[in-house]
Amino acid sequence: MRRLADIDPPHETALEPLASLADGRRGFSGVIAELQDRPAAGGLAAGELERRLLEMGFVEGARVEILHEGFIGRDPICVRLDDMRVALRRRDARGVLVRPDPVRPGPAR
Amino acid sequence: MSDTLDVAPARAGAAAARPLRVALVGNPNSGKTAMFNALTGSRQKVANYAGVTVERKEGQLVAASGRTVVVLDLPGTYSLRARSPDEVVTRDAVLGRLAGETPPDVVICVADATNLRLVLRLALELKAVGRPCVLALNMIDIAQRQGLEIDTDRLSRELSMPVVGTVATRRRGVETLVAEVEAQAAEAAGAGAGPSAWREPSATEIRALHREAERILKAAVRPPKRPDTWTGRLDGVLLHPVAGVLILLAVLFLMFQAVFTGAKPIMDLITAGFDQLSLIVGHLLPDGMLKSLICDGVIAGVGSVVVFLPQIMILFLFIILLEDVGYMARAAFLLDRIMGGAGLHGRAFIPLLSSFACAIPGIMATRVIDNRRDRLTTILVAPLMTCSARIPVYTLIISAFIPQRTVWGVLSLQGLVFFGLYAAGLVSALLVAWVVRKIFWRGAAEPFLMELPTYKVPDPMNVARNVLQRGQIFLQRAGTIILSMMILIWFLSTVPGKPAGAVGPAINYSLAGMIGHAIEPVLAPVGFSWQMSVALIPGMAAREVAVGALATVYSVAGEGGGEAVLGSSLAAHWSLASALAFLAWYVFAPQCASTLGVVKRETNSWRWPIIMFAYMTALAYAAAFVTYHVALALGGG
Repeated sequence: MRRLADIDPPHETALEPLASLADGRRGFSGVIAELQDRPAAGGLAAGELERRLLEMGFVEGARVEILHEGFIGRDPICVRLDDMRVALRRRDARGVLVRPDPVRPGPAR
Repeated sequence: MSDTLDVAPARAGAAAARPLRVALVGNPNSGKTAMFNALTGSRQKVANYAGVTVERKEGQLVAASGRTVVVLDLPGTYSLRARSPDEVVTRDAVLGRLAGETPPDVVICVADATNLRLVLRLALELKAVGRPCVLALNMIDIAQRQGLEIDTDRLSRELSMPVVGTVATRRRGVETLVAEVEAQAAEAAGAGAGPSAWREPSATEIRALHREAERILKAAVRPPKRPDTWTGRLDGVLLHPVAGVLILLAVLFLMFQAVFTGAKPIMDLITAGFDQLSLIVGHLLPDGMLKSLICDGVIAGVGSVVVFLPQIMILFLFIILLEDVGYMARAAFLLDRIMGGAGLHGRAFIPLLSSFACAIPGIMATRVIDNRRDRLTTILVAPLMTCSARIPVYTLIISAFIPQRTVWGVLSLQGLVFFGLYAAGLVSALLVAWVVRKIFWRGAAEPFLMELPTYKVPDPMNVARNVLQRGQIFLQRAGTIILSMMILIWFLSTVPGKPAGAVGPAINYSLAGMIGHAIEPVLAPVGFSWQMSVALIPGMAAREVAVGALATVYSVAGEGGGEAVLGSSLAAHWSLASALAFLAWYVFAPQCASTLGVVKRETNSWRWPIIMFAYMTALAYAAAFVTYHVALALGGG
């Protein structure tokens, strides 16, 4: 398993800024750098969404890639999470902060 | 199925020992149910846990040693930190805290061998509980086909629990698994009994456990040489914003057609069979109360239960197939946004769609929704969808009162009214769901977080067994409630009998007649005559029964062309406003005892059927009231 978050990027001098998984489009990929508890309006106890995400495998160092988007409002999203596939709503993905893979020249994503 | 395990040479010696209690724990989609079936074969009992809606599945087997093993199939979970009533049951059963349950001697952790990351963390959690554990690496054949190398010795050492590769659908490795379970039980010898110290892990602890699981995974498992590429390729089509939605619509259409029309011939056959039986038995018995009880009460009652079976079995065949293939989660993904707008879960579409055929299988199908609140909301609104039993009522009233006219040149007015009634049901269901969400469960925004399993070829035996089990559960549990309600309705409509020399139909003198007369003042403001009020009582048996009940009340001979005669009789007695109010009433009213019975069964409490009855009656009254008075004001009196 690659652990990009743990090692210095060999080629880039500057790291890509962190982006929330909730804002990613189809093809967006990277490594989870930080998981915050950012529940959507109310309902859940503090830390609950974070723990549920953790239990599903959204953990620092895991690779994510947005594979599919829902047909209305691009929501929910289906992500590849390491070697699993997980579906979630964007509003629940807000706390998943991702270090995006550097954009390489080549075929469009 | 489990003949091989039944052969027990040492039975005499060990049979005296206390049965060994084993609990099955695992992630969703790990083949846990298949493992349960492989272990216990057909000797399964399905019930409910005391006080909750969670289904309790227990089965038995006799191990090679002759010892009886009692297996408890616990709801699938990702963690012992329970988030739903199902997961609470799993946690409490494992911890030995569940009231009325003997704690398990050994826990079998069932894992999908091709997807170990999350289940290893669960296994670590289970290990921390301190009860003896065995890890079953299920679907090991698929792992081998993918070239996934699992060092089971290393895995076993790291987790300090035996690890057995299994293929539950082919019963491979099952005997070894049972032997390991027995060995674990013997080793522990009662040390694992009693409630154990356990508390919810914090986020930091979950991270630590995950890291540990990750380390073990790296040490013991080599990634597959030929990973499954089918899932990605299929998802490319099935989750596509256009193609995926079209395919989903096709699948749903096919399912609806199968439930709606596919079941029809069998249902007609069942109805005809019971009518025939009632006729034959009627000839053998002397006229009187007993004959009426047996023919119109018991036989008709049993018939009205059995008649639901074809729809239930066909619907569950689809549900279980879609679930086992792995498509159900995809469908929920595609529909989440639409259903979510009304405050419903993405998976609620199957129950709601099925409810267009009949709310009974629809409500049973709410089992596909894990979250309790989402499930209850779906159950509550399911009967608002226009079920097929409303069609005879709608057709009768529409053909009697709505003129056969075309509007705007092409549309038939009758068809428009019919469509309007369907739309009213659908829109009100979504509105009620939205209101329930906003008012009763305000702010309870459950996250939608769902694993999309890899696609698999379903095992026919497993599918058949689970479909049959659903039918059996319906007959045993819901059937008894429905039957007793049917007999009650028969009693109300028949007792006391018609006095000698009295005129008019017998029902007018029965308890139902008295109730009808009593509620008439209440229903008068919505334009219902006392005859209409009386017809509502036997009409509780099923919506379409209202047609027969009206015929009885208006003394229209039921034979040959009865419906046309009844129609003109109604047209002579009712005003247009009353007729429209009656239609509006039937859009909402809980005129179906079976629905209430199955809600009682599925929620395991009378609370929800009572709430459903109350809110639907209130809606029906309001709708009929508004319809009647608007129609009157527009000159429909």
